[in-house]
Amino acid sequence: MLRRTFLATLAAVGLPRQASGAAWRALPKSLAKAGATVQITITGIAFVEHKQPLTVGDTVEWINKDVVAHTATARNKDWRVLIPENAKATLVLKKPGTVEFYCEYHPNMTGKLVIREKKS
Amino acid sequence: MLNRLSTAAAILTFSVSPALAQGAKPTDPQIAHIAYTAGQLDIDAAKQALAKSKNADVRAFAEQMVRDHEAVNTQALDLVNKLNVKPEDNDTSRGLTKAAAAKKAELDKLSGASFDKAYLDNEVAYHKTVNGALETTLIPSSSNAELKALLQTGLKLFRGHQMHAEQIVAKVK
Repeated sequence: MLRRTFLATLAAVGLPRQASGAAWRALPKSLAKAGATVQITITGIAFVEHKQPLTVGDTVEWINKDVVAHTATARNKDWRVLIPENAKATLVLKKPGTVEFYCEYHPNMTGKLVIREKKS
Repeated sequence: MLNRLSTAAAILTFSVSPALAQGAKPTDPQIAHIAYTAGQLDIDAAKQALAKSKNADVRAFAEQMVRDHEAVNTQALDLVNKLNVKPEDNDTSRGLTKAAAAKKAELDKLSGASFDKAYLDNEVAYHKTVNGALETTLIPSSSNAELKALLQTGLKLFRGHQMHAEQIVAKVK
């Protein structure tokens, strides 16, 4: 029962891409339209500036080329991603707006995402 | 405590010149030794904090110091092996080690919140001192491009540590 309500709610609001498991696979393809994947590289203890436009539904793939772990943490607390050393992590953008982020471990590392509303 | 901090600062600021021969800048083998020692001493300080502190923020910070400095020192060792450089002990390294031993003994007498505060204050001061030495002496003096690049990345990393320590100091107060 609860599960049905959950699915119905997801279907009604348009399913964000990161919804996982059965609920995700159960949805019709029209709702499953994937956003773009934009890569942001971390190297030399810095987030490399990216120029690509971002839209709600897009995925940011954080690529950490450093030998130490980093986080990408939104200042507005919307999200926090841990990116281990020499590894990748992803974040699906759910809300539009300009979000400044930083690394919790090395707060001198900062960056900004400008996320546009999804066109219907 | 201020005394001890200024001792460490003095070691890095001044002894780099007299210790390393009249006016001569430190050599790459000496720079490699100083940088590696500075990292190792911070790992040792973090291990002391992990043995003594019960504060979650302090422990998380100390764990990060062990992780980060070990990773950088592994990189440093790989580089000196590749370049066939033998790190050379020198007065600056010895001075740092001596100051760290004195600080460790001092911190050992403290416990609870007073230990946490003293450890974090020293982390801020220590990183500040090492960063100053990297910026003004070690990076400009290094001749090998790869060593210089590693030190430059190290400087950015340690500036991050300093800033992180400052944030935790403000939080634990």
